[in-house]
Amino acid sequence: MTRYLLRRLAGAALVLLALSVLVYALFYVLPGDPARLACGERCNPAQIAQVRAQLGLEEGAFTQYLHFLQGIVAGRSYSTGTELVRCDAPCLGLSYQTDQQVTALILERLPATASLALGALVVWLLVGVGTGLLSALRRGGPTERILTAVTLAGTGTPVFILGLLLLMLVCAHLQWLPFPTYVPLGEDPEQWAWNMLLPWLTLGLFESAKYARLTRSSVLETLAEDHIRTFRAYGAAERTLVTRHALRGAVPPVLAVSAVDLGSMFGGALLTESLFGIPGLGRTLIEGVRRIDLPVVVGVTLVMGVFVVLAGVLADLLHAAADRRVVLA
Amino acid sequence: MTAVTGVPAPVAGTPATGAARQVGRRLRTRPAALVSAAVLLLLILLAAAAPLLAALTGQDPYAYHDDLVDSARGGVPYGAFGGASADHWLGVEPGTGRDLFVRLLYGARVSLLVAVGATALQVLIGLFVGLAAGLGNRWVDGLLGRITDVLVALPMLVLAIALTAVVPRGFPRPLLLILVIGFLGWAGTSRIVRAQTLALKNLDFVAAARLSGAGRWRTARRELLPSLAAPVLTYAAILLPANIVVEASLSFLGVGVTPPTPSWGQMLSTAQTWFRADPAYVLLPAGFLFVTVLAFTVLGDAVRTALDPREASRLRVGTAKETAR
Repeated sequence: MTRYLLRRLAGAALVLLALSVLVYALFYVLPGDPARLACGERCNPAQIAQVRAQLGLEEGAFTQYLHFLQGIVAGRSYSTGTELVRCDAPCLGLSYQTDQQVTALILERLPATASLALGALVVWLLVGVGTGLLSALRRGGPTERILTAVTLAGTGTPVFILGLLLLMLVCAHLQWLPFPTYVPLGEDPEQWAWNMLLPWLTLGLFESAKYARLTRSSVLETLAEDHIRTFRAYGAAERTLVTRHALRGAVPPVLAVSAVDLGSMFGGALLTESLFGIPGLGRTLIEGVRRIDLPVVVGVTLVMGVFVVLAGVLADLLHAAADRRVVLA
Repeated sequence: MTAVTGVPAPVAGTPATGAARQVGRRLRTRPAALVSAAVLLLLILLAAAAPLLAALTGQDPYAYHDDLVDSARGGVPYGAFGGASADHWLGVEPGTGRDLFVRLLYGARVSLLVAVGATALQVLIGLFVGLAAGLGNRWVDGLLGRITDVLVALPMLVLAIALTAVVPRGFPRPLLLILVIGFLGWAGTSRIVRAQTLALKNLDFVAAARLSGAGRWRTARRELLPSLAAPVLTYAAILLPANIVVEASLSFLGVGVTPPTPSWGQMLSTAQTWFRADPAYVLLPAGFLFVTVLAFTVLGDAVRTALDPREASRLRVGTAKETAR
């Protein structure tokens, strides 16, 4: 177990290293000059050169990358011209645009992303698993056919279509809710929940289609197993068979896939955040790309990668914990 | 599915003759698949004939019509249903008054072109890498396997956004999107091809070819490729609608096709500010995108079931990967 975990984590570290090199290299061939952008419109060449020196852009690409890695492991110092800024251990650099520490920026944006992802998790566990279970219970009947059609339609629909339709229905037509504006949880929990309701529903219902299919197929697979046949031979009711015994078969895959999805959502649900104006990691990334803010883009991409890769490891562990037949190797 | 019986893992390779006819016969009994095929055919025809239809309706996709929108109300089109009229069949765009019908058709061209191109590229790279990994020695397989792992672990939409920002403005956008989506999205195909290759390469007919002196690539081309066609085509049918969504998502985020070239995703992005005043402007591009993706999904599902009913559900759940959220 420990060996397995160590090997997986080492593999994860390698993937992240590759990711960091890739993103760094990508932005190195960037045509725009970060120094010019950081300096602003009215800079003369001498000032731009000074900014270049401050940002460490005079060094070679490889040296810059090494300094970047050093910053993550041990922290580093930056000169802003007048003073020396200390950037502590997991240092992802300073934003070219605002001089803010990228680590701090990410920590500041993470709560919005996390509230979106966790709320959506609740929705898809309730709606998705519930729908899948219902269609397994009613298999062969008209209910199942309708549910199958709806979930099939749902799996392919882009999330922003669902979001726009919900906005039109709830905000414009029924006028139940105003257009959502993000309020931090710490500021006003009630307003936070009301404003997150539509984003949660959008993202949660979007994911539900997949979970309904997953639950249904896992339950049906379990129903075909020998021990269920034995239960049935002893006269257990069909309903009990499905909801008590066969549902157990859906737990491991649903847990594993949820972990993976949650991991990639913690990295920012770009489309949902963009549609509802939630200031999360996804929006931070898009802003960073638009402004060619190299440290922000590299930092956010890496953090997203960390979540995705760790979620993968977590998914395998959860799967093995929930299903004794799975062997970690 | 009579080709390889008794083989444990692989999706059975279909012999070329008879199989296509069998699949066709199974598809014909599924009304949903037939309707989807008809819808897609219509869409492809409409997209191909977009310039013709533009000339026919006398509308240019880029021409502004300030007289058709109410500038006093911020540019909402005059009339019901987004200003639909005999001249403008599906109304006009709020703010600019450009003809929506023609713009939607031109959007279909972009959408289909990018999705088909990207899928072809993904399949091509996936086939090549998967075959190389399956037939190569331990080191080649290991190296390609790691590269595939990294690619699977990367958030594709994120990298695609970063890439589209890096490339100079002058580079043709649809081509760029094809390249970006193609080069970032081949990992699934290569994994399937590798697994199939490993399962197939020890079978008698492949061994016989190797023994009679066929080289690696000849074996791959002549012996393995026909058996790989079924699973790869099946997977391509999953990739195609997914790629349509990726293109629409990138355009929605403002990093895809650049204006004034019309694209569904970009229209929906603009529609965010109009959903109260002009619902038609949300519903039309959303409808086109939804129906296209759904039709491709249903058809792909049907083809998969027709090719191999037993494997269908597993392929779907196990490989549904890149979700744009």
